[in-house]
Amino acid sequence: MEPSHQEILIEIDRIKREHGPGASLLPALHFAQQRRGWLDGATIRLVANALGIPEAKARGVATFYSMFRFMPVGRHLIQLCSNVACMVMGAEVLLDFLKKRYGLEPGGTTQDRRFSLVIMECIGACGSAPAMLVNNDFHENLTAESLSEILERYR
Amino acid sequence: MTRRLLRHIDHPDSKNMRGYIDSGGYRSLAKALELNPSDIVDEVRLSGLRGRGGAGFQTSVKWSLALMSPRPRYLICNADEGEPGTFKDKLILEENPHLLIEGMVISAYALEAEYGYIYLRGEYPAAYWILQKAIREALENNLLGERILGREFRFDLKLFRGAGAYICGEETALIESLEGKRGQPRLKPPFPSSKGFMAKSTVVNNVETLANIPIIVDMGGKAYSEIGSPNCPGPKLFSVSGHVKRPGVYELPMGTPLREIIYDHAQGVKGGRRLKAVIPGGLSTPVLPAEMIDCPMDFVNLPRHGTMLGSGAVIVFDDTTDLVKVCSRGMKFFEHESCGKCTPCREGVGWMAAILERVAFGNGVRGDIDLLLEISENITGKTLCPLGESAASLVKSFITNFRGEFDGKCIAQTGHIL
Repeated sequence: MEPSHQEILIEIDRIKREHGPGASLLPALHFAQQRRGWLDGATIRLVANALGIPEAKARGVATFYSMFRFMPVGRHLIQLCSNVACMVMGAEVLLDFLKKRYGLEPGGTTQDRRFSLVIMECIGACGSAPAMLVNNDFHENLTAESLSEILERYR
Repeated sequence: MTRRLLRHIDHPDSKNMRGYIDSGGYRSLAKALELNPSDIVDEVRLSGLRGRGGAGFQTSVKWSLALMSPRPRYLICNADEGEPGTFKDKLILEENPHLLIEGMVISAYALEAEYGYIYLRGEYPAAYWILQKAIREALENNLLGERILGREFRFDLKLFRGAGAYICGEETALIESLEGKRGQPRLKPPFPSSKGFMAKSTVVNNVETLANIPIIVDMGGKAYSEIGSPNCPGPKLFSVSGHVKRPGVYELPMGTPLREIIYDHAQGVKGGRRLKAVIPGGLSTPVLPAEMIDCPMDFVNLPRHGTMLGSGAVIVFDDTTDLVKVCSRGMKFFEHESCGKCTPCREGVGWMAAILERVAFGNGVRGDIDLLLEISENITGKTLCPLGESAASLVKSFITNFRGEFDGKCIAQTGHIL
């Protein structure tokens, strides 16, 4: 068994003790994705088996939530908000910039696998719009210039 | 006004237990544990507190209904803040997590609930680490867990991360999600008060609602009820965003006029432009044109002006804004977030999003605008939860107030006068 799968099983044991069998699925999927980068078929099967639920149920739940990914992503995940407040404050300019500078389209990954881009619904940063998350870091009051500078920090 | 909900925020160490206690935190808990649980419910009833998540339901009624069902009981904090335009709960979660924990422990004592969850939005990673640390600090200081402050009272609080689904802000969908299922709303009744999480009696309260509890215990329900509007009192956090000079979270008395929020607190429209429209309570609440902003912001008065308080998220649009585009983007959001359970919402919101997209691009055809109104009529009142209804009222309010702009987008392409 792959080392990451072993780690996932150990963590699922801990999660089951904390949350009980019913409430363990989402925390287990979160951990598995964090460890693997995305949820491949074998990993979903592993989680389902460890929790004693059908694989179809685990997959059905996972696909309901937009944070779970079923395709590999680049090293850094750009999560750009384009909801109403960010839109009127200039999110479209940022999207254009990402397209021109990195050839990034929503849902896409750069050829060197450095960046993936997903479009987010409201991320609760409307007071400092437009905003994005890169991996787990919030970046706010973005302009094309500041976006460019920020992304240079993620190699 | 005196800051109550945000009174700890200016303390440089407000995130940590030390800073919170230094600025007066956890005194209400000590006071509450001297009282009977039912006394606290009485104070909350006297306070007139209404839920701050959006629906504005009387908190004491929700609590009393739960108290009629047998234990064990769960207290769940709805920290799945996702209403576009809203970022007030995030401020409490990230800057003042112990205020929420104190509110939850007092509420759990009043509700005789032994188990609690904070259901946190997956997209708030910083809040996750901050809350995790705050819960650990509270446990180490005997403010959570067994025999809290030496009393025969235990409360076991866990942190749970959502995974990106707006609908999980609806309380029955939240419970489904917590149980490891797809977050689809349940048919009600039974209500969570009698059959909620794991079919047990459950109370789900919003972050800001729970943050009000220590304030009510501290000042007494009667004095609290004298803040703000008579029918829905208390301090309220308003999230202000869009084309204003000073966006941000403002703590103001319930009932503060919308004009005052925009022009005094947020210092008016940016760049010398003029106000065109305002969404007063988050994307789910009907839009108001500029001339209608003289209304008190509370759960009772806004419905008289054809809109709602929702989460108190004020999104301001200046006169350069293409409102058809705003409406179209808003509808895309609801399309993305519809859970798919009820056909009128799943299908209707998708159709409205498709039609609005072509209208926004100037490709609207004759009859599109009336078709949008017809679809919205066919969603309203025909779904299990308010999501489809919110989408319908978005399109209806934008078209009713700005019909000319919508029609204009159709004329341009077809050459017909509609």
